[in-house]
Amino acid sequence: MSTIATLDALRAKREEILARQKARQNKVLINVSLATCSIAAGGKVAMEAMQDEVALNGLTNVEFMQSGCMTFCFAEPTVEITLPGKDPVVFGGVDEAKARELVTEYVMKGEPVEGIIPVTYQRVVL
Amino acid sequence: MAATTQIKQLRIATRNCGFIDPESLDDYIAQRGYEALAKVLTMTPAEVVEVIKTAGLRGRGGGGFPTGVKWGIALSNKADQKYMVCNADEGDPGAFMDRAVLEGDPHSIVEAMAIGGYAIGATLGAVYIRAEYPLAIKRLRKAIDDARAMGLLGKNIFGSGFDFDIEIKYGAGAFVCGEETALIRSMEGHRGEPVSKPPFPAQSGYWKKPTIVNNVETFANVPAIILKGADWFSSIGTATSKGTKVFALAGKIVNVGLIEVPMGTSLREVIFDIGGGCPDGKEFKAVQTGGPSGGALAHKDLDVAIDYESLIARKSMMGSGGMVVMDEDDCMVSVAKFFLDFTMDETCGKCTPCRIGSKRLFEILDKITKGHGTQADLSRMKTLCESIKDTALCGLGQTMPNPILSTMDTFANEYEAHVTQKKCPAHVCTAMLTYTIDPAKCTGCTLCTKVCPVECISGTKKQPHVIDASKCIKCGACYDKCKFDSVIKL
Ligand SMILES: Cc1cc2nc3c(=O)[nH]c(=O)nc-3n(C[C@H](O)[C@H](O)[C@H](O)COP(=O)(O)O)c2cc1C
Ligand code: SF4
Ligand code: SF4
Ligand code: SF4
Ligand code: FES
Repeated sequence: MSTIATLDALRAKREEILARQKARQNKVLINVSLATCSIAAGGKVAMEAMQDEVALNGLTNVEFMQSGCMTFCFAEPTVEITLPGKDPVVFGGVDEAKARELVTEYVMKGEPVEGIIPVTYQRVVL
Repeated sequence: MAATTQIKQLRIATRNCGFIDPESLDDYIAQRGYEALAKVLTMTPAEVVEVIKTAGLRGRGGGGFPTGVKWGIALSNKADQKYMVCNADEGDPGAFMDRAVLEGDPHSIVEAMAIGGYAIGATLGAVYIRAEYPLAIKRLRKAIDDARAMGLLGKNIFGSGFDFDIEIKYGAGAFVCGEETALIRSMEGHRGEPVSKPPFPAQSGYWKKPTIVNNVETFANVPAIILKGADWFSSIGTATSKGTKVFALAGKIVNVGLIEVPMGTSLREVIFDIGGGCPDGKEFKAVQTGGPSGGALAHKDLDVAIDYESLIARKSMMGSGGMVVMDEDDCMVSVAKFFLDFTMDETCGKCTPCRIGSKRLFEILDKITKGHGTQADLSRMKTLCESIKDTALCGLGQTMPNPILSTMDTFANEYEAHVTQKKCPAHVCTAMLTYTIDPAKCTGCTLCTKVCPVECISGTKKQPHVIDASKCIKCGACYDKCKFDSVIKL
């Protein structure tokens, strides 16, 4: 791994990463909150249930990622799902059953699933 | 869930939490990570300090000291070695903002510490973090290692000739170790006891070298200020308090969680619009800001625009961001006692007013909640509070009386009821409580007799029951069980 020794190198690296992220755009992205709080609430259980359900249904267009605290303690575990071409949606209270339902209903059929947490903030993007 | 569609929150310090993989340097770089560091390395240290000053960033660890001013002092103090320290001790009960940032976006802290290091002329940084935060430690460690492997920490960063590296120091989780002089003592391997200031750490800190201690959230704002500019940042907030503040909403509130709002947002917006008010239709009573060092704000304060000055004017303080909400079922004397119990446990014992004063204050509060308090106790407690404030060595002792003073001020009638009528209006202090059965409501279903652990409820089936108050141990089981609301607390 070569180091980043100049601002130009950093920018080039960023372009390369953004291009890679863009290539994921036709995939379903499942982002599971895995901070101390969310893990304690069952975030890993939700992640594993969804991975299992994705495998059971032979889905190949789903990518998983972990993130930190999504800030919604009142609705942990929380999962953010981005369907191709759609805005990300955050679901709360994702226990094992809800996790499986999210895959079979929301991911596979685009059917609405209860527990959506509305966006109540503006996020500063640098 | 009483969420609202209004956008009241603005996420600067928590901009990446929940959006990126905290263990991926690539994810951080995609968010323009380390560009702020690259940018400051083309400026002079004095210029960087000036940007932070102009932005109006103030310390998020509690005190609210202007960060740029502090950095400026360290910059002007010449020394062969200086240190940049991140305070991740986070000991305030109910607070978890810093943990969330470290677990969700550790690179932003690494980058900001390097920026600060360049600004003051430090080549070494240290994060003081409590060992009870293992996941935060793991992710921070990975961030430091990954940054180092990429040349973003270490020697000659971005070919500028600037060297900077970070080490992690573990704390054992003592509240007083969050106080900066105690923190420095602890990092040096001594007991975590505060020392008197001056000299301030910016003059003589870690190993007697100029040292800047900043809070996690303070750092988290820095890369955003560098990339978006001082004017952008200072356009957010109030005249004296710029930017946003992260709060941890806890207690009797529907939407428990982390929030980040522009300074100047009203308490009403925080509690009701964002927090969704108290659960189960209960009436809001008070909110404790500033944790054990702060005070209780009540109805009359709901329209206060939250900033450093307005909270101090109301005998509370910003603190690090814990907000514990109380509803009608909470007794404010017991709340004050809870915080005193905490500070009594956490006093380091170095100075007498705090070590012995906390114990005496706790004893008086305990007496009051047990129904033995007198008017004289109230005035004695107030005098003691004032003298502790004036004489304690460090911030822990100096602010310890705040929960008592603010509740005595705002909820004077509640203290009165405890000492004169020997009643706890919120029915929390069991010593002053009696359970009785309302004969007009009791259907004689006998359910309560089956749960009473001391069998002190008697009555014939379908006839009103009675409680033998002399035997009742006030466990509340009958109260919880009765389906007809016939059991009443007096
Ligand atoms: C008893 C006590 C506990 C403190 N605990 C913390 C803490 O956990 N985290 C923190 O950042 N500051 C804490 N502080 C404040 C620090 O002493 C110091 O002011 C702060 O870290 C400076 O950073 P800032 O200017 O970025 O806020 C505490 C102060 C006192 C008196
Ligand atoms: S005020 Fe309390 S915590 Fe601070 S030095 Fe004195 S005894 Fe220790
Ligand atoms: S449970 Fe309630 S209604 Fe039933 S006997 Fe007891 S007090 Fe009366
Ligand atoms: S409060 Fe407990 S002890 Fe007292 S009457 Fe009710 S159940 Fe019995
Ligand atoms: S602290 Fe992360 S969701 Fe509660």
